[in-house]
Amino acid sequence: METYTAMRQFADSWALLAMTLFFLGVVAFIFRPGAKKAADDAAAIPLKED
Amino acid sequence: MKYTFEMILLGVGAFLALIGAGFAQDRHFEAHMWVLFFVLLAGTVMLMRRIEFSPASAGRASPPPPQSEYFDEVVKYGVIATVFWGVVGFLVGVVVALQLAFPDLNIEPWFNFGRMRPLHTSAVIFAFGGNALIATSFYIVQRTSRARLFGGNLGWFVFWGYQLFIIMAATGYLLGITQSKEYAEPEWYVDLWLTIVWVAYLAVFLGTLLVRKEPHIYVANWFYLAFIVTIAMLHIVNNLAVPVSFLGSKSYSAFAGVQDALTQWWYGHNAVGFFLTAGFLGMMYYFIPKQANRPVYSYRLSIIHFWSLIFMYIWAGPHHLHYTALPDWAQTLGMVFSVMLWMPSWGGMINGLMTLSGAWDKIRTDPIIRMMVMAVAFYGMATFEGPMMSIKTVNSLSHYTDWTIGHVHSGALGWNGLITFGAIYYLVPKLWNRERLYSVRMVNWHFWLATLGIVVYAAVMWVAGIQQGLMWREYDDQGFLVYSFAESVAAMVPYYVLRALGGALFLAGALLMAFNVTMTILGRVRDEAPIFGATPALKAAE
Repeated sequence: METYTAMRQFADSWALLAMTLFFLGVVAFIFRPGAKKAADDAAAIPLKED
Repeated sequence: MKYTFEMILLGVGAFLALIGAGFAQDRHFEAHMWVLFFVLLAGTVMLMRRIEFSPASAGRASPPPPQSEYFDEVVKYGVIATVFWGVVGFLVGVVVALQLAFPDLNIEPWFNFGRMRPLHTSAVIFAFGGNALIATSFYIVQRTSRARLFGGNLGWFVFWGYQLFIIMAATGYLLGITQSKEYAEPEWYVDLWLTIVWVAYLAVFLGTLLVRKEPHIYVANWFYLAFIVTIAMLHIVNNLAVPVSFLGSKSYSAFAGVQDALTQWWYGHNAVGFFLTAGFLGMMYYFIPKQANRPVYSYRLSIIHFWSLIFMYIWAGPHHLHYTALPDWAQTLGMVFSVMLWMPSWGGMINGLMTLSGAWDKIRTDPIIRMMVMAVAFYGMATFEGPMMSIKTVNSLSHYTDWTIGHVHSGALGWNGLITFGAIYYLVPKLWNRERLYSVRMVNWHFWLATLGIVVYAAVMWVAGIQQGLMWREYDDQGFLVYSFAESVAAMVPYYVLRALGGALFLAGALLMAFNVTMTILGRVRDEAPIFGATPALKAAE
């Protein structure tokens, strides 16, 4: 198969799926139980010191 | 202080530039190498003059000044460079605006519009914006990692190397050297130099993150890192080219035809997405919480903002090529992703604005907060207008007209400009250990001058652009075009004069900032009444 066609097919199948799953994984991870506390701690980082 | 190694390097560089000038294959390259020679020579001489000839033992007697936890000296230089290049870039902007209104101002050959225009765009985006990004990223990554900048003097190399890139790019444009790619005009040898500087920048930034003492990487650093990495990728791919001669200024792109166009706009739009958006969002996520003294509204929203922006922006480039030779599916793809970008952009805008929830009074009492809030508001407006203009039917009216220029400026002046001004006003008293700015009232004046300037500019360009677009597509009942192109140009004169006025207002605000910052650095404090309501001491008796 021509390189372009092969890469194109990979891009709009597995690569697209992988990126979508990664993104959904990020969203799920952010809303996991206990994430609120971690997020609040992280948000306080700039205010801690100078 | 001894800079033996740096001095030798600069001297050798100057010598190589001299050889380059001597053996140049074309006169453009020759002139450019002379510029490089004199710049490097001046650098060498300046370092030489800083050598101390006191005996080594005398040096040891007085202990070296205690090293502070953070490497802020380079940030100070960066802030000054940002202010300086900002004023230069805005000034050139006003000049090119006047050149369009009054063509007699085109001074051949070096100062005609064609050469001044890239000078303006590169000066504001890369010199003003780039220095602001480098300085603030160095400042923020140290604070939020609680670690000193990685790599020691590499930070200095990034700063001075970047200034050299700016000088070479700017002088190149005026000499007539360009590879004709918008926002990527510098030729191959300047591109190579920027690549070296950028890799050093990445090393400094990433190194600092790796030696951090804070377990979590704060979200502002994610945005900065995405900006650095993506710009490296875009810069290298879009500038793949074969030089005609290694001692010549001309090169040919590795891509041809529509592939070249798509690569260019993949670069061009992501320069907007990652240079002017992601990097400056890093500023927003640090300086707004700091100035308001409140944590960001929703940290989780900021992470979703980050990932959705990263995943979507990279596809939006084809909307610059609607109704061209680019395949239709690619145009539609670019349009769809541009429209989807609405969501993360507005998510980020809401996050920035809502950080002030519970402290809305600060908009009234603190002109720096007001500036930052206006910046985020312009971010929201520009990211609303952009997706709308990327829709093909809208684009068929707006493309190639001044509407596009108006859109760019409401984003660049409103969002990038105001957030940077806010960051500078925050940073200067901190970096130079001053109690406060020389004058807070001048910040207020700057805010109104800048805002008024942007509003005039954007409104005028809307009217101009839509009129242009309508004139170009006006047919009579016989099917002939009603207006010649020259008629649509002539109709623009009043708008172009007004546009220059808007730009001049914005420039006046920046001059005020330069004065204010200079006085603050000099340690002066203006005797002035506080802004209404700013001091609790003025409370009325109850």
